[in-house]
Amino acid sequence: MAVTLRIPTPLRTLTGGADEIKLEGATVGAAIDALEAAHPGIRERVLSGEGKVLRFVNIFLNDDDIRFLDGLESPVKDGDAISIVPAIAGGR
Amino acid sequence: MAKTYADLLQEVKGQIKQVTLEDLNDRIKGGESITLVDVREKDEWRQGYIPNSVHLPRGFLEMQAGSKLPDKNAKLVVYCAGGVRSAFAAKVLQDMGYTDVESANPGYGQWKDKGFPIEAPFAFTDEQLDRYSRHLLLPEVGEKGQQKLLQARVLLLGAGGLGAPSALYLAAAGVGTLGIIDGDHVDASNLQRQVIHGMDRVGTPKVESAAKTIANLNPDVKIIPFNERLDSSNVDRIFDMGWDVIVDGLDNFPTRYLVNDASIWKNIPVVHGSIFRFDGQVTTFIPHQGPCYRCLYPEPPPAHLAPSCAEAGVLGVLPGVIGVLQATEAVKIILGQGKPLNGRLLQYDSLDMAFRTFKLRHDKSCPVCGDKPTITEYIDYEGFCANV
Repeated sequence: MAVTLRIPTPLRTLTGGADEIKLEGATVGAAIDALEAAHPGIRERVLSGEGKVLRFVNIFLNDDDIRFLDGLESPVKDGDAISIVPAIAGGR
Repeated sequence: MAKTYADLLQEVKGQIKQVTLEDLNDRIKGGESITLVDVREKDEWRQGYIPNSVHLPRGFLEMQAGSKLPDKNAKLVVYCAGGVRSAFAAKVLQDMGYTDVESANPGYGQWKDKGFPIEAPFAFTDEQLDRYSRHLLLPEVGEKGQQKLLQARVLLLGAGGLGAPSALYLAAAGVGTLGIIDGDHVDASNLQRQVIHGMDRVGTPKVESAAKTIANLNPDVKIIPFNERLDSSNVDRIFDMGWDVIVDGLDNFPTRYLVNDASIWKNIPVVHGSIFRFDGQVTTFIPHQGPCYRCLYPEPPPAHLAPSCAEAGVLGVLPGVIGVLQATEAVKIILGQGKPLNGRLLQYDSLDMAFRTFKLRHDKSCPVCGDKPTITEYIDYEGFCANV
């Protein structure tokens, strides 16, 4: 499945500045694995050592939080967008 | 032969039902479901009216009855000052197909003299009618809405990047009481984005500077300054002052978790805004109506992954966009209009110039707003954020 991964600003240093990466994967987890293969180092910014989504990061498949779908096992369709949204706290 | 006024009045009174003021008062007190229709002019209405009346001046009766009185079978009691205009109005409403119309006799003048319940609308000054005229033109705001804004109390957390534009627009909109908490002083490096401050304020407390700018912008606004940093020791004192909405423009994770927990326990809606370099996020947390901040982000990131704006930089106009979106949410909540962002996260990417919204959900296992809360009093927030 061809999906688009949207990269948040803090992680764009790992993608050479790219804000969107198009890649293949049948599930959200597979897409993140493919992202890691293309841009090593990004996985640990999204997933814990045990392979769970970090508690300060939300991953949305289109506009749904994958925690309330099937997590990283959530299947993706051609043309889906996966957004990585980390917590930010700035205000000043 | 042409009819005289007396002929017309007598004819109309013969064709309508009338109700005495004593009867009407008893029926209202008894809980009868009555729609009161005040057909007097606007300047009379401004002096006072019977509570829960629909104001429909007789001159607009035929034109506006359909929209203001949609139910043709509702029990209507029409009143004016002395019972004449209401008699004519009752006849017109009957002719328009309203099935249960009565005219109060005599009317509001004696109702008031008898000491029956009345309500006076907010009295706007001429300056206010002019200042807020663009709001008054909007049916969704109008005099009632503007009154709500003038009587509203909004607490702004931070008078910095986000707080500056929020405070300016909330003050301009006529939010009557603005609490502002910030323990910082204005620094020259703030002026790239904190538009409420200026050159002549460098070195002065931010809350003082903000109060000065707002005093010049809108004298209707009362500022309650808190020249301190929010923490567990002062949160009760500051939050327990009857705020309608909190606008969170803080700059660090520990205080954001503190605000979340306190606002849930105290049942105050929070409009959350956060920024990082070129990105912003906005959402609204309404306690027990959707997710809270902990449902969204159960834990903060470790410090090395979450540099502050002072460390990582921020595009100066970005907090302007996000702060004004927060002010928009606050105004909507006060007015009770539109759809607030509760259960939705709005993400703004200024480089892509893209706004995206994501669905958020309440987490049943949330330690604060979940089914079995495990956090029921303030914790060590600095420690909580340092230990991740």
